[in-house]
Amino acid sequence: MTTVGVVVFPGSNCEHDAVEALRGLGADAELLWHGDSAVGDVDAVVLPGGFAHGDYLRPGAIARFSPIMSSITEFAAAGGPVVGICNGFQVLTEAGLLPGALQKNSGSRFLCAPTELVVASAQSALTCATNVGEVLHLPINHFEGNYTCSADTLHELRAEDRIVLRYVSNPNGSIDDIAGVCSAGRNVVGLMPHPERACDPLLGSADGRRLLASLLAAAGDRLPV
Amino acid sequence: MRFPVLVEVRLRPGIADPEGATIQRALPALGFDGVQEVRVGKAIRFNVEAVDEAAARRQVDELCRRLLANPVIEDTAVTIG
Repeated sequence: MTTVGVVVFPGSNCEHDAVEALRGLGADAELLWHGDSAVGDVDAVVLPGGFAHGDYLRPGAIARFSPIMSSITEFAAAGGPVVGICNGFQVLTEAGLLPGALQKNSGSRFLCAPTELVVASAQSALTCATNVGEVLHLPINHFEGNYTCSADTLHELRAEDRIVLRYVSNPNGSIDDIAGVCSAGRNVVGLMPHPERACDPLLGSADGRRLLASLLAAAGDRLPV
Repeated sequence: MRFPVLVEVRLRPGIADPEGATIQRALPALGFDGVQEVRVGKAIRFNVEAVDEAAARRQVDELCRRLLANPVIEDTAVTIG
């Protein structure tokens, strides 16, 4: 059975939703404390949403130095699938595992709303079981989700098909409507929307299952290191 | 020796500052008409132990690079002493 490690930083608050969503798809999911030095025997890692360290200094700025991050960096370097959701995306950019940065929403408002996303690349650990052009309904919940990067980085992301998700109607000013990107190895993916909160029609959308199922497929396809 | 340090973290030129813009928009209603280009940053103060000011500055630059500022969107102005 595929096992996913969901990291908990002080201030993370979406870890239980992530675990429930992954278990609902048939995977095993366990919480990994940020202070642990190793991710252990997991097939994928999720950095969930929340407010790690209260977003003090900058979102993710302190979490990136947590003991578990060295192990996650090694896991990613070895090709392991790593997904950062919202605050997790912020941690990944601060840690340098993904390019760019997340800044304050252009409208100076905290956004908590359902949004429409379009899959821009199916070549990533989070979209490999979806189709380019597919529209997904996922909620966003953030004040600092405005993705930005240098012109060179944007050029690189476009040229390498590493923009994974775009907003259909840009809510926060993100450059090129970017909602999610992946690493050069395509195994590290960050996104601001919350797939783990869109796994049940009762709660508005089950489209998040499309992304999490991709993650499990990517995790299951990995050869043992 | 102990050196007092002030690090001003600022958004780099060209990076949008919605907080600054919001403050700027609020000012005319308070009677301040001539205020332009409001930018909001952070002031971080601390002391460093170092043999001399040059060594202190090196430590501070490293601290800024690794933690205090995100080079994608921020730069710093350092005052030592």
